[in-house]
Amino acid sequence: MEKTINLTLKIWRQNGPKEKGRFETYKVNNISTDSSFLEMMDILNEQLINENKEPVAFDHDCREGICGMCSLYINGRPHGPDDDVTTCQLHMRKFKDGETVTIEPWRAAAFPVIKDLIVDRNAFDKIIAAGGYVSVSTGGVPDANAIPISKIDADESMDSASCIGCGACVAACKNSSAMLFVSAKVSQLALLPQGRVEAKRRAKAMVAKMDELGFGGCTNTGACEVECPKNISITNIARLNREYLKARFAE
Amino acid sequence: MSVLNARIPEGPLAQKWTNYKDHQKLVNPANKRKLDVIIVGTGLAGASAAASLGEMGFNVKNFTIQDSPRRAHSIAAQGGINAAKNYPNDGDSVFRLFYDTIKGGDYRAREANVYRLAEVSNSIIDQCVAQGVPFAREYGGLLDNRSFGGAQVSRTFYAKGQTGQQLLLGAYQALMRQVNAGTVKMYTRTELVDIVIVDGKARGIIARDLVTGELQRHFGHAVVLATGGYGNAFFLSTNAMGSNGSAAVKAFHKGAFFANPCMAQIHPTCIPVHGEFQSKLTLMSESLRNDGRIWVPAKKEDAEAIRAGKLKPTQIAEEDRDYYLERRYPAFGNLVPRDVASRAAKERCDAGYGVGTGLAVYLDFKSSIERLGKNVIEARYGNLFQMYEKIVDENPYETPMMIYPAIHYTMGGIWVDYELQTTIPGLFAAGEANFSDHGANRLGASALMQGLADGYFVLPYTIQNYLADDIRTPRMSTEEKEFVEAEKAVKSRFEKLMSIKGNRSVDSLHKELGLVMWDFVGMGRNKKGLQHAIERIAEIKKEFWSNVRIPGDIKGMNIELEKANRLADFIEIGDLMARDALNREESCGGHFREEYQTGEGEALRQDDKFAFVSCWQYKGDDAEPVLHKENLVYESVKMVQRNYK
Amino acid sequence: MSNFLTASIGRKFIMSISGLFLMMFICVHLGINLLLIFDDSGNLFNQGAHFMATNPLIKVMEPLLGLGFIIHIIWSFLLSYQNYKARPVGYAQSNASYSSTWASRNMLILGALVLVFLVLHIMNFFWKIKVSGDPLLEHVLVNGEHMENTYALVSDLFINSAVYGIIYILGGILLGLHLGHGFWSSFQTLGLANKVWLARLQFVGKIFAVMVALGFSIIPLYFLIKF
Repeated sequence: MEKTINLTLKIWRQNGPKEKGRFETYKVNNISTDSSFLEMMDILNEQLINENKEPVAFDHDCREGICGMCSLYINGRPHGPDDDVTTCQLHMRKFKDGETVTIEPWRAAAFPVIKDLIVDRNAFDKIIAAGGYVSVSTGGVPDANAIPISKIDADESMDSASCIGCGACVAACKNSSAMLFVSAKVSQLALLPQGRVEAKRRAKAMVAKMDELGFGGCTNTGACEVECPKNISITNIARLNREYLKARFAE
Repeated sequence: MSVLNARIPEGPLAQKWTNYKDHQKLVNPANKRKLDVIIVGTGLAGASAAASLGEMGFNVKNFTIQDSPRRAHSIAAQGGINAAKNYPNDGDSVFRLFYDTIKGGDYRAREANVYRLAEVSNSIIDQCVAQGVPFAREYGGLLDNRSFGGAQVSRTFYAKGQTGQQLLLGAYQALMRQVNAGTVKMYTRTELVDIVIVDGKARGIIARDLVTGELQRHFGHAVVLATGGYGNAFFLSTNAMGSNGSAAVKAFHKGAFFANPCMAQIHPTCIPVHGEFQSKLTLMSESLRNDGRIWVPAKKEDAEAIRAGKLKPTQIAEEDRDYYLERRYPAFGNLVPRDVASRAAKERCDAGYGVGTGLAVYLDFKSSIERLGKNVIEARYGNLFQMYEKIVDENPYETPMMIYPAIHYTMGGIWVDYELQTTIPGLFAAGEANFSDHGANRLGASALMQGLADGYFVLPYTIQNYLADDIRTPRMSTEEKEFVEAEKAVKSRFEKLMSIKGNRSVDSLHKELGLVMWDFVGMGRNKKGLQHAIERIAEIKKEFWSNVRIPGDIKGMNIELEKANRLADFIEIGDLMARDALNREESCGGHFREEYQTGEGEALRQDDKFAFVSCWQYKGDDAEPVLHKENLVYESVKMVQRNYK
Repeated sequence: MSNFLTASIGRKFIMSISGLFLMMFICVHLGINLLLIFDDSGNLFNQGAHFMATNPLIKVMEPLLGLGFIIHIIWSFLLSYQNYKARPVGYAQSNASYSSTWASRNMLILGALVLVFLVLHIMNFFWKIKVSGDPLLEHVLVNGEHMENTYALVSDLFINSAVYGIIYILGGILLGLHLGHGFWSSFQTLGLANKVWLARLQFVGKIFAVMVALGFSIIPLYFLIKF
């Protein structure tokens, strides 16, 4: 039943945003394969604290795959060697005894490192602030059932809306492009009559902000879709392209 | 007469909120720009309040400890949000939602607040749909509903198993729209470390930039705490790792009363603990109880064989299974309220019928899959099943899930009056951070409702009633002595923490506290255990302040320091919870005193002695807190023993 | 509002439109070229080449084609540079092949190799036909019409040089790889894909790429084997 493994960890350490980083190697022993990856990191940190060393800083919060906070690039893949999971949902049964595990932060000009494995993903908020909403204020809205919405559209909108904003798409993309993130929000709202009203303005504003913040462009490698923990489809990117081009040609 | 005034408006229950709004004071648009409102927290309550107040024209400063407002733990709520829309035509109404919530809370909530909650519930759904929240729909294009624990109608709106996420993103987007418009200034990775009181009123906060470690002073004409619950006092809970009770403790220290601290909800359907290094418990939505049946083996020898790995649950014949909720509560079956379901699971496991490690029961979908087909179950719960499989490495379509209760939500919190104002003028509390609406037990799908009700539809009114008197108060300089002194006190606290340089990690101490809390202030409490807990917590407190080890520097990002600062507050909350539990000599909702139960093991309230809200006042670090009582008066409902049979 | 031609999606739009245009050219080019292997007398191919050289529509298209190439190339560098800038620090360990194909990640390299081949190809044929001339091109009479013996120029190269034959085969394969990603990608960029059509376009793209690669490779192979 319970199995334990020993691992060598190669972890990116960086004291601050402007400091130079480097890899450090640590060993952890007797890790239960039923533990989550972040529990393994907790064990490492407990070990480091007991040795009076500074623990490894990494982002995490809900530990159930929904807040989008955890963001480790493990063995060459965002969120590590499992599909459709966030780092916190990755379990140690995916690793072999004696393995060396390389852990890096997300790498993108738009996501600068704050400390160790923590990056600043404020750029995503800025993109949403540029137009990722329906411009309604509190109160004075029609009854919820006033506008019927086809179940198919509602379901597809929900699929797009399930993005957790973790940034794995940016981390996976060779161009550090945020197109999957942007397209998921544009699609969610474009599919609903409530969001349709300002669809043109939204697509233009969000893409312009994304470009301004230094994300790369999409070259359709599809890596984002494969690494997305929530399975957001690149058909959203096609829809964003469509919405954006329509909006630009309508100018 | 107690020092507490709940300021409940006059008139019949159904008219109170209308009366209040008709007669409250308002602030004119030109004056709104001159008024600063600080909102701490960006969950459902915080984000919705910040967005709404920003839209109205107030100058809002919004703080979050996360890297983005969208990370707040409201995002993890799975099941749904209640509203009295009665779309399914199954007999729902505002009164029925109110009644179910009061009853579900075991008659320990304030009637007027709960009625208002039910009253505004419908507006929340309208608002969210207008924002583009993709709620589940029927083929006809109208909104779908499902049923939830503690109710006999289907009034829960949902967005797959990610309702909290969708509602939070709706509020977050509304908030970011205001950030873009310049009415809200966002402070991310910034933590409230103290509240500044000037002339008896809350006038600002001291915040700590978690990236640089620097302290900041912020002025506000009013301060709103929407900082969530304190369930992480138990170390293991379904709360996020960063969820904490520190803001509540700061308010408590500055004179706000802490209400019903012992009332913590233990959620029945969480993935069981697997080992000592576990950091977090994962919730499986209560909605699973709609189609899943809970059971344990009827024979002890079968349970033992399962624990030894000699038998599989699928090998247990139907007649050898004990569907104990259906057996004990035929009327509600698997849909009894959370406190009842949790205690029933504990009862079976304590009696030796538990599976897995012995602390688990089964949640079985076999009969639903046979009845509805795998596709339907997958459409309803696919993401939850996937989540379970990733964690446990078992396929819930083929073998039953294992679940066990875990700490989930705290009904207790900062005491607020009808206007959501604490005992400190100008300091408001919203969402889980306040105590107001759930009494001794919260019903499923009611937390989302309350958070958004407070933020969208209650605070934007009530805070104006306070601010209307403040239109002539100019913005205060943060060089005033109250700000300087508050910052100095905070600085010395952090320096003190850094100077301890002991031998114990923050987590090891937190785990120790969590075990004490779970064993003695958990699902079953008794006098002896609680007294022991108070002693143990005092020891942990001493150990913490003399032996905690925080590596790194006070400047720059220091996560251990953040954690230590929060743990110091959790220790205080733990003490307060134990004291409150000891004081409340009755069983109600999530608070179960073993001395007070019926012959059948159900919670036994003592209405003649404890029909009040326990409100604790801080009297200094070395003094015991003082208890005040807000008596609960029920005009529209009769207090009866809850019956889900 | 940002400039459309330098906006991320605008840049891709240019790549997509120019790419689709070049693909159309490739279809025509391949069609004419295949005439090489259906008539060893060379008459059929010469007629095809003559038609292409004299048809007014084609004459109009020729400079447009050149422009298409230039735009496609310039924008590819512009785009790649901007994408390169988006990740100043790379990963120490990257398992990119798990989530994307090599061709999709290396379109610039594939494109550059195709460009090298293109230059060679222009020097071999286009330059000689249009500018410098070549003794092999001496006019022949087909169906009563005088025309350059383009067939002689092409067949001579492949019959006499196995190296060129192999280079041309490689060129065909490179182009196929480039189009294997480029075909569906250009539709995706124009927003002409959804859940159903994405898979269809990817499938059609694969077939198209294989046909182009095979079609262009088969010609030198035919001469290598037959003569």
